[in-house]
Amino acid sequence: MATRVMMPQLGESVVEGTVTKWLRAEGEGIREFEPLVEINTDKVDTEVPSPASGTVLKVYVSEGQTVRAGTLLAMIGQPGEVVIDPAPEATSAVQAAVEPSQAHTGRVPAQTTDATPVRDLGFISPVVAKLAAEHKLDLAQVRGTGAGGRITKKDVLAHLERPRASAAPDVPAWERPGEGDLFRPTELQFGQAMAIEVARGPEARPLVPGMLVPHTPMRRQIAEHMLRSVRTAAHVTTVMEADMSAVVAHRHANKDLFEREGISLTFTAYFVAASAAALRAHPLVNSTWGEEGVQLQRPVHIGLAVSLGEEGLIVPVLRDAEQKSLRRLAAEVSDLARRARARQLTPEEVRGGTFTITNHGVGGSLFATPIISQPQSAILGVGAIQKRAVVVGDAIAIRPMVYLSLTFDHRLLDGASADAFLATIVATLEKGAF
Amino acid sequence: MGERRSAGRAQRPRANGKVKMASTATATAPAKAAATDLPLLEMFSVMLLARRLDERAWVLHRQGKIAFHISGMGHEATQVGIAYAMRRGEDWLVPYYRDLALMLALGLTPLEFMLGVYGKRGEPSSGARQMPSHFGLRRANVVSTSAPVATQIPHAAGIGLAIKLKGDERVVVTTIGEGSTSQGEWYEGLNWAAVHKLPVVCVVENNVYAISEPQDRQMAVPNVADRAAAFGMPGVVVDGNDVLAVQRVMQQAVDRARRGEGPTLVEAKTYRPVPHSSDDDDRSYRSREEVEQWKKRDPLLLFRATLQSMGVLSEAAEQAAEAKAAAKVEEAVHGADAAPYPDPAVEGLGPVYVEEIHHA
Amino acid sequence: MPEMTMVEAIRLAMDEELARDERVFIVGEDVGRRGGVFRATQGLFAKYGEKRVIDSPLAELSIVGVGIGAALYGLRPICEIQFADFIHPAFNQIVSEAAKMCYRSGGEWTVPLVIRAPYGGGIGGGLYHSQSLEAFFAHVPGLKVVIPSTPQDARGLLKSAVRDPNPVLFFEPKKGYRLIRGPVTEDEGLVPIGPAHVTREGSDLSLFAYGMMHHYALQAAEIVSGEGIRAEVVDLRTLYPPDRATIVASVRKTGKALIVHEDNLTGGYGAEIAAILADEAFTDLDAPVRRLCGPDIPAVPFSHPLQDWFMPNPNKIAQAMRELAAY
Repeated sequence: MATRVMMPQLGESVVEGTVTKWLRAEGEGIREFEPLVEINTDKVDTEVPSPASGTVLKVYVSEGQTVRAGTLLAMIGQPGEVVIDPAPEATSAVQAAVEPSQAHTGRVPAQTTDATPVRDLGFISPVVAKLAAEHKLDLAQVRGTGAGGRITKKDVLAHLERPRASAAPDVPAWERPGEGDLFRPTELQFGQAMAIEVARGPEARPLVPGMLVPHTPMRRQIAEHMLRSVRTAAHVTTVMEADMSAVVAHRHANKDLFEREGISLTFTAYFVAASAAALRAHPLVNSTWGEEGVQLQRPVHIGLAVSLGEEGLIVPVLRDAEQKSLRRLAAEVSDLARRARARQLTPEEVRGGTFTITNHGVGGSLFATPIISQPQSAILGVGAIQKRAVVVGDAIAIRPMVYLSLTFDHRLLDGASADAFLATIVATLEKGAF
Repeated sequence: MGERRSAGRAQRPRANGKVKMASTATATAPAKAAATDLPLLEMFSVMLLARRLDERAWVLHRQGKIAFHISGMGHEATQVGIAYAMRRGEDWLVPYYRDLALMLALGLTPLEFMLGVYGKRGEPSSGARQMPSHFGLRRANVVSTSAPVATQIPHAAGIGLAIKLKGDERVVVTTIGEGSTSQGEWYEGLNWAAVHKLPVVCVVENNVYAISEPQDRQMAVPNVADRAAAFGMPGVVVDGNDVLAVQRVMQQAVDRARRGEGPTLVEAKTYRPVPHSSDDDDRSYRSREEVEQWKKRDPLLLFRATLQSMGVLSEAAEQAAEAKAAAKVEEAVHGADAAPYPDPAVEGLGPVYVEEIHHA
Repeated sequence: MPEMTMVEAIRLAMDEELARDERVFIVGEDVGRRGGVFRATQGLFAKYGEKRVIDSPLAELSIVGVGIGAALYGLRPICEIQFADFIHPAFNQIVSEAAKMCYRSGGEWTVPLVIRAPYGGGIGGGLYHSQSLEAFFAHVPGLKVVIPSTPQDARGLLKSAVRDPNPVLFFEPKKGYRLIRGPVTEDEGLVPIGPAHVTREGSDLSLFAYGMMHHYALQAAEIVSGEGIRAEVVDLRTLYPPDRATIVASVRKTGKALIVHEDNLTGGYGAEIAAILADEAFTDLDAPVRRLCGPDIPAVPFSHPLQDWFMPNPNKIAQAMRELAAY
């Protein structure tokens, strides 16, 4: 059966997107995860990866068109397979989208999957928005009893406590917003697994010896993903040392300059830049293991592990890192980190990484052997930058040094290629040409 | 006699601020002091040390090393006279910001003064939270002072009330400039002291100017002390540049207070030979001739002459005192220069409430 | 458990503290033989004598300033300002001196001082015998600002204030001096300065009030309970430092907040509660934070219809609750 490609919901308040470019035309073949279409919203520009391998059977939305989230964009299947007609609401959504966006008025239009008319939900209060996100609730299903039919907190709570029908309304997975945290199986983009209702996490409580700390959804996902990665990949770690003098000097010279533009120039930006350059030079590292072969990735999307304390961690993805200047990287690094800690990332912003950097040095760690984020093939661990006595020529000098560890999947990378990759990162950092 | 009971007969200050001392005729008669058992050389040394520290603060300011200085120069005789009438360590003082010599006499060290001038950690008045010279010294019973003028007078009355309620044999002395006596707080505080016959001595260090305003812009009476009659307490005018005269008047006032006979208002007539503060330019409001005239009556010169005529101060003794003061100044400046600044996380944040006080 | 009025509980607290600690004394206008114009100190002059209950000159700044001096010397003065409206001359002493003393001396000098001041309207006192001035002082680090609403709290908080080593402003809802009666326990009965008190549990909206308005809030909550609105009522009791935890916890539960005070609206204490909620409970809010306060005019006018128009009352509060509940 053919697979549907839907316009994704790219953020909490993003309700529509514009198809800017089809990367595959009707009749062309495509592999699962390969970019299929470029879309643009008022918040992000992104590529939608193909949900399945096969042939592009039908494109429903042409370039330049703006459609609502949840609109059918294309069908992927086997050549000759019969495709369905676009659902009627998709057409109406296209037409509705010609009107000025209601999103700008602060009122959130509802998108329903059945043929019921679109309902204006009115003002969504902060607590209602929070509850809806926590419970993955489609507010269009909630009856509003507040002023002018507004959905109140009580309405949401009453809705949550209602007896559950065994067959939940058939809400397609692609219409359910993601949770925004990484280390969720990439498959979750594609439907079935997302149908699981996740119970509301426990309130933050002080940790007392003897107590049972219930798993949060994030904790479960981290656990699941880590185990799966360890079971899947053949982890090997290689360690090199880099002299950070050039980076420190460069940062010292440019920090204030960046600061004036409101950009915080962190060391992380340099590691991202050096990694991006190395990934371009060593395409085998920017790849995914598959049964038939190693799939080289075109874009360089670098995930940055951000700790959320005891709660867990989240890995926002800095896209197309190899195309970006240090200035742009620095700006995006701090923006992503800030919004990660504020829990403000959109689901799309934590997906699609092709390589990951974890800066465990912030906690004082010198080097570590991190676990690869599947389905990537390597992860760079950055230790603490420390002044150390090193031999330069025949003299002992004090230099800011850092240990860089590369944990790679030995199924597709060998020691020599991994070391070559890591050596490129070291050389880039030591040269200091950014 | 260096003092005079105020009865409104003194010469009026002229509008330009030139004040002829009400009691200059008798203020500097040296022989009277001969019989005293006061530690005269020690008093001279304190006055000298105060002067040299004060001078150095001006220099540091002009060198750009410190942000602000407010001077007590010219007030040394008044202040040392006050101190040597008090039971130091026993009696209480509620001072104001020109009282450097008084503070030194009560035990403030030169280094502590300089720490304040530099705004460095360990300054005992306020931990460098306040501007320099806003004195306070718990170990010497010197209460913390603020910048809004005359707020300290009701405090002195309250301390006097507490002394009386507890039956202690203490006296509280409070000092203030003549300009600040225009404030209602001064009236209310002294009225309390008089109504309840409290052991309070209020010393007005009348240095003729409140920044730029001469005395006749502050009051229509020739002497601040004339207003004592309105409170129902004695008012005394004394030559504030004559340390022994001040000491004598203060001794009578302090003794009277200690006997439970109530408060006294003492007006010490002196002069501020320097601008109001390091930021002030006094040329806009007074002539150089006037300042020069007063410098001839510099309290240090007067006391030196007195001591020399008494045969107490030899040239060698004076040189030794100068050398000692210079050494103390150097040590204080170097100590303050090397001291650390306060830390916002420590001195900045608190203590705002007693609960936050952590004694070392 | 004996029942007594607010003013009796306040008098009892001072009586107990005068007996307990010889450093404690009372100073103010007419507090001696007259026993205070509200008779809060009645009988204390006869019992403790003129050294413990001191008639001051008619001059508010020095009531506080002299109190500060005595506190610096180690005594524990209770200063009475006859009406809160007359506290302004003492503002400099309270804000520049008492509040800053600990900080400005690095903790070397402290001011254990209580300033009692009857406040509030609804007693035909006009512009200068009706004011609510808590907002001026609840802005000043170094002060503690307390407003009790029940006899038990009035006694317990005043005793805590006398024992507190910091300056405490103790505003008493004078309309309730004899209007409010309640039980007072026979134990020590100390009530700590700081915590607010949830006096009625509810789930639909939170009502924040203090002093006389706390009683009106309870009455209003009762009125609307018949309409199915379950209001939580919080008696703030200590305005400064604010009990953020209790304030935020209540709104986390209810999602809606109404703040009631008789002080005028703009820049009033309710603004701080609203700001705390916007800051710390934003994602728990299900409605705008609302304030029901006196109008932005200089003070409570005298003539009865004008005064009634100025003052919040249970019916006005109930109406505001209905609107908020229906939001």
